[in-house]
Amino acid sequence: MYAIIAGAGKVGRNLARELISKDHEVTVIESSRTCYLANEEEFEHAIQYGDATELWVLERAGIQRADLVIAVTGDDEDNILVCQVAKEKYLCERIIARVNSPRNHDHFRLLGIQPAVSATDLILRLIEHEVPRYGLVHLLALEEERLEIIELEVAPDAPTVGEKVNDINLPEGSLIISVLREGSGFVPKADTVIEAGDEVLLVLDPGLEDAITAYFAPNGQPAAF
Amino acid sequence: MFVLIVGAGRVGAAVAKSALAAGHEVSVLDEDPLSHERLDAGQGRSWEDSGGQFTVGTALETDALVQAGIERADAFIASTAGDNTNLVIAQIAQKRFGVEKVIVRVMDPARADWYGEQGLQTISPTKHAIDMFERALAGPRAMEPEAA
Repeated sequence: MYAIIAGAGKVGRNLARELISKDHEVTVIESSRTCYLANEEEFEHAIQYGDATELWVLERAGIQRADLVIAVTGDDEDNILVCQVAKEKYLCERIIARVNSPRNHDHFRLLGIQPAVSATDLILRLIEHEVPRYGLVHLLALEEERLEIIELEVAPDAPTVGEKVNDINLPEGSLIISVLREGSGFVPKADTVIEAGDEVLLVLDPGLEDAITAYFAPNGQPAAF
Repeated sequence: MFVLIVGAGRVGAAVAKSALAAGHEVSVLDEDPLSHERLDAGQGRSWEDSGGQFTVGTALETDALVQAGIERADAFIASTAGDNTNLVIAQIAQKRFGVEKVIVRVMDPARADWYGEQGLQTISPTKHAIDMFERALAGPRAMEPEAA
């Protein structure tokens, strides 16, 4: 695979090292002369000096044959434009962009720059996992497909405790796909009875989280530290 | 016509003033509060007293754009100092807010051409400068008015 990485900061450098160690071909493009010179010795021909938002710089790096373009500069506008040009002008099939400010995430989405990865969002996701609000954890959000997979711990006072899966009338657009009990998981059948302390995995349409929480953790409090 | 101009540098401020003088409603957004002075200069009275609107904020903040009136803008001019900022906010104006007339300054001629093909109205001062230099070089004093 041939990957072009825009930005030789911490993220860009480490991605480049990983990809190179897995025998992929990589070109890193860095627009700061100082940063370029600091990394030239390590990366040799795999780093080029230039502004990756300029077309000729991308062409010099061989964007026409790139399988993957990764834009991880510290500037969201730059990351958007590098990926937009890669995708729409050079028809590169796979792009990945870094979002520096989560507030710009909408702009990436609007302009079709997906996936867009935000470190802040990832860390928030981890915090959510460690300190679940209402016991609800987002496991996976498929934005394009408009589906989410969440995990909930069943509270002792939940209305669903002691109910058979078949008798639980969940909102349309949600489905229990797995139950974790005493350390092992299984796919529930119609007559599986939900117990307090179970962890249930559900697939649902986005926006149903609150409705679903009421079924499994009605008086959920933020977990105590 | 309601005109929203993002970036009140030399170009943005001058266009803002002439648009206001031409009778348009003009709103200016700039991240630097001092750029307001460029709008006041030579007016004899303040930009607001002349009927202009000024908002401090960065263009990528949707809130700032809304505060500056983008939702009712008929025309949007992106004239900040950065090509990349201009290209991103112009597309936001066009695609998110549906502004009918979006004009964007792009210094880099290559991208001015490509984004022009993608449906943005781009203006590249660099291209004009290249053109004028070439003509000045080719003709004997071609830039001067012809002697009668």
